[in-house]
Amino acid sequence: MAVRVIKEKCAGCTKCVRNCPFDAISMEGRLAVIGQACTECGACVDVCPFGAIEKTAEEKKTADISAYSGVWVFAEQRENRIMPVVLELLGEGRKLADEIGTELCAVLCGDHVEKLAEELAAYGADKVYLADHKELSVYRTDAYTKVIGEAIEKYKPEIVLLGATHIGRDLGPCLAVNCGTGLTADCTGLEIDPEDGKLKQTRPAFGGNLMATIICPDHRPQMSTVRPGVMQKAERDDSRKAEVVKLDVHFEDGDIRTKVLDIVKKTGEMVSLTDAEVIVSGGMGLGNADGFQLLKKLADRLGGTIASSRAAVDAGWIDHSYQVGQTGTTVKPKIYFACGISGAIQHLAGMQNSDYIVAINKNESAPIFEVADYGIVGDLYQVIPAILEELDKSAG
Amino acid sequence: MKILVCVKQVPDTNEVRIDPVKGTLIREGVPSILNPDDANALEAALRIKDKDPGTTVAVISMGPPQASYMLRECLAMGADEAYLLSDREFGGADTCATSTTLAAGIRKVGDVDLVFAGRQAIDGDTAQVGPQLAQRLGLPVVTYVQDIRLEDGKAVVQRQMEDGYEVVEVKTPCLLTAVKELNEPRYMTVFRIVDTANQEIVVWNHEDVGLDPQECGLSASPTQVFRSFTPEPKGKGEMLSGTVTEMAAALVGRFREKHLI
Repeated sequence: MAVRVIKEKCAGCTKCVRNCPFDAISMEGRLAVIGQACTECGACVDVCPFGAIEKTAEEKKTADISAYSGVWVFAEQRENRIMPVVLELLGEGRKLADEIGTELCAVLCGDHVEKLAEELAAYGADKVYLADHKELSVYRTDAYTKVIGEAIEKYKPEIVLLGATHIGRDLGPCLAVNCGTGLTADCTGLEIDPEDGKLKQTRPAFGGNLMATIICPDHRPQMSTVRPGVMQKAERDDSRKAEVVKLDVHFEDGDIRTKVLDIVKKTGEMVSLTDAEVIVSGGMGLGNADGFQLLKKLADRLGGTIASSRAAVDAGWIDHSYQVGQTGTTVKPKIYFACGISGAIQHLAGMQNSDYIVAINKNESAPIFEVADYGIVGDLYQVIPAILEELDKSAG
Repeated sequence: MKILVCVKQVPDTNEVRIDPVKGTLIREGVPSILNPDDANALEAALRIKDKDPGTTVAVISMGPPQASYMLRECLAMGADEAYLLSDREFGGADTCATSTTLAAGIRKVGDVDLVFAGRQAIDGDTAQVGPQLAQRLGLPVVTYVQDIRLEDGKAVVQRQMEDGYEVVEVKTPCLLTAVKELNEPRYMTVFRIVDTANQEIVVWNHEDVGLDPQECGLSASPTQVFRSFTPEPKGKGEMLSGTVTEMAAALVGRFREKHLI
């Protein structure tokens, strides 16, 4: 049958039942069911307020894919500042777009954010889709899903990339369902298959024990959220310009079902692990929370920051925002000091792309030494002061 | 009030090991557990019930028949009803197909005032099923919830962000996904283990929830696994030797040579 109810969208309002000229629709609980009397007239398709009834030719699905082109990057902004991961997405998106031979576009939502379009152009966007509206100033699931979902439907991008931030990981799944396509979470590698031009998305699974390459062969767009800190940032070139396409934005009562009452920032320094060039990270081997004071001395001396393993966070020694690993942040500093960290696979997943890894651990069989460029077997409470002393000595 | 909590049985990925010779996952002997974030979601529902004893807490899961062990654990923690969506047709589902199946199950349970899920499951870490399910059910969603206050016709929740949190007001019914900071899950009680030992776990297949086989599992999954492999370990580097001072000097020396510090 070519007229069908999309069960997920049907809200059980019975409007179609009342409007069907042939009395072919009945309710089964809260779901409309199209019966044998249907003549495929399509009257119900037009009256359904939820777009829950569709009239389709079955073969349409594969033919449609060719209508999609362009690589889109969700240009996440907070407080009218572009998030660092967006620059990484533009860097990676540029590569993908060049390989396919298509354009790189950014989708920017916010309130009075038009200025940011220039920045996105400087980082390589050929086109910026701009949704400027006061309801979009702070991210809200319903508002962003509606605006970007409509844009995807209208402009049909082939690939959509979002940062795997707390916002991207909320927006991505909602968009994917709205657009009837798949989504691959937390990708750490993206490539175009040279044979069929399709996107191959690689991501860690099983807590980083296994890598999986995912494809989305028959649905468009191909959507991925990408781990911050993994991809190479795009280079800035202020001479680049982009075409700005303004998106139609309008909301009706009831479209946005949440309100952000307050935004509370953690007090103290903002942890920016993804940007740090030197990270001094501590684990259970510290023995207590005070151990981070010593790590901080070394980090400060090298212009870096401290971080931790999951175990130290779980022990309550340090805030979650410092956690490196599968369920924390992925980092790739120039130097990563792993102090008293055994090297669980979940931790390695978040730091093994660092340029140089130094492992300091009492236990010489700790797995961390397997990935370390330089290994020191010893008590970190002796080794770190010795390193500090050495730094001072040769500096003087 | 009726609260539905989505739960998943997962292998304890902290116990998963790689076979160093073959480079494959060793799944044998890895215990199956209630996904940690889902335990926080269930605890949140049970705390609402503690305050308002008229509340019914139901748990629902999609999984193989063995998942009933985990559902029994949920009953012993305090859940009133348990539903298992189990069918060969559901196999091979990606998050998209999983959310379709769960949505169909939740519709069949019916009249739900609040849906809870964990933020993400530790075997996939996708965090997708919660928001996808909300879209399919037409419910507003707040993810990464670390605090909940219910009011008349709405909930005021804290949504965890990387650098703090947002206070979000959301109309009910709604779907909330829980993070571990939300609460400390309770243990099963001996009393409840005994009390719920013979309680029925409702098992539904695709026909029971009104889905065609094409709407379930692998055939309804837009994404497919092209290949999977174990990550290549980075080569082992240099072990420094000597006294602590000598090792520290060697390390600083190496980095100075490379102009890194």
